[in-house]
Amino acid sequence: MSISVRNVTKQFGEYVALGDVSIDVAEGSLTALLGPSGSGKSTLLRVIAGLEQPDTGNVFIDDRDVTGLAPQDRGIGFVFQHYAAFKHMTVHDNVAFGLTIRKRPKAEIEKRVRELLQLVQLDGLAHRYPAQLSGGQRQRMGLARALAVDPSVLLLDEPFGALDARVRTELRAWLRRLHDETHTTTVIVTHDQEEAMEVTDTVVVMNRGQIEQVAEPRELYEQPANEFVMSFVGQVNRVGDSFVRPHDFEVTRVANSTTREAMIKRIIHLGFGVHVELVRDDGEPFLVQMTRDEAEGLELQEGQIVYVRPTRETTFS
Amino acid sequence: MSRSRIGLRLAALGYLSLILLGPLAMLFYRAFAHGVSGAWTALNDKDTIHAFKVTLEAACIAVPLNTLFGILCGLAIVRGNFRGKGLINAFVDLPLALSPVVVGVSLFLLYGRTGWFGHWLIGNNVQVLFALPSIVLATIFVSLPFVAREVVPTLREIGQEQEQAAYTLGASGWQTFWRITLPSIRWAVIYGVVLTTARCLGEYGAVAVVSGSIQGKTETATLRVQEEYENLNYAGAYGISLALALIAVLVLVAMTFLKPHEKAA
Repeated sequence: MSISVRNVTKQFGEYVALGDVSIDVAEGSLTALLGPSGSGKSTLLRVIAGLEQPDTGNVFIDDRDVTGLAPQDRGIGFVFQHYAAFKHMTVHDNVAFGLTIRKRPKAEIEKRVRELLQLVQLDGLAHRYPAQLSGGQRQRMGLARALAVDPSVLLLDEPFGALDARVRTELRAWLRRLHDETHTTTVIVTHDQEEAMEVTDTVVVMNRGQIEQVAEPRELYEQPANEFVMSFVGQVNRVGDSFVRPHDFEVTRVANSTTREAMIKRIIHLGFGVHVELVRDDGEPFLVQMTRDEAEGLELQEGQIVYVRPTRETTFS
Repeated sequence: MSRSRIGLRLAALGYLSLILLGPLAMLFYRAFAHGVSGAWTALNDKDTIHAFKVTLEAACIAVPLNTLFGILCGLAIVRGNFRGKGLINAFVDLPLALSPVVVGVSLFLLYGRTGWFGHWLIGNNVQVLFALPSIVLATIFVSLPFVAREVVPTLREIGQEQEQAAYTLGASGWQTFWRITLPSIRWAVIYGVVLTTARCLGEYGAVAVVSGSIQGKTETATLRVQEEYENLNYAGAYGISLALALIAVLVLVAMTFLKPHEKAA
């Protein structure tokens, strides 16, 4: 089902969490709400879910105005950052909760719970309590619980934020696969640009309660709409009035009319890539990325003087 | 263990023994000083049995009412979003700060012959003072805060996420309360009920003022102790005291059994 948010504002006291926000989420898409903390992304997700009431504006799910509806009546599934596991219930009962509430026949519930636990690879742990699970397992349970009621839209609020890096990567890939199979319209809130770029089809970049840009991951990186998006999505150096990505520099050992002098402060080896921290002749620090082979070919050393030239610059008027 | 820590433990134990255990031990000793029979006779006295019955009746009404009120009050204080929340929070503690005698006197002023409700009550032939209703009212008043005091911090700690998760899964407010909120705070509620019960059984001051202490009618167990003491029937006074003390010990044991559960939940 498609989601549409129209002119939504939300204030908490004096603080403006959302200032006249409108977005459209296409049916069957996987969309990220990306932004720093305090950008309003979680509030927007909670407004879509009905867990927060907007001060003004409307929310539509599948062209139906749901603004006045309680979360119970919106046909959504919600996954919380800190799992919100029902601590006094087993994994089985957690997942079965939505179906039990709907008074489905027992056999049907059992069948569905078994399927879902298999899907999230928790089949052996049905009788454990949440306290006996790892963070990653708890969040998989949270996903199974949300999916149990066949939601028309799935909303995830920083679902992998509290997990360690390895589990996070695993679950991201798993979520992408799940979406490719089910095509449930999914919105995921994240502050991690890598997560947004890796998992989703569309990224909505938010800042201070406003939407800065809506684009596909690649377009977002290559054609950022403004300074904020450019510097939030990926690393960037400021050169006068223009911005240069760290990999858009040419580094040479000999000067010419287009190059600028800089001194190498630090060289950081990251496997395939090398990060070189430099200081320009006017004292400005900046960062250059190159491959290991390039760095070796130039025989770079810390304290060395090199000459750099940006190969691609972006300017915002 | 260092010398100073041993010293600290001894000091704590010594203080507790002197203040708490000493008097209780004396009670045991004196109750049975003249054999079990004196205490036993006093406990079998029909007025004493009636006194225990009155205490129990008052507790049986006050405990469920205060449990219900405590849970509702806790929900209002923690989850509610209205003006005057702070006021409720402060008022709940009032019975802890107020001397029970003052509670008794204020009930007297309200329901007595010249009180606000007194005239109407007399006109309609309703007996509140010197009867069970006043004992119940006084008991409810003094034992009011305990469930709310236990429930409030627990509700704060569990937060709202589980409840919100239940909403998104289709549960109504009522279903969420029964299936999510109440099970999450159950140990706090049980602990509060135990404390409330102990307070109800032990209440003396407020009940002494409003009940009139009529033997075999409005006398409660604690008032009965006073009565026996004044009549110089020491064996009886000690016996009833001991029975009350034993109930308190039982409550204490129940509490220590419940506490680890509360932490594990």
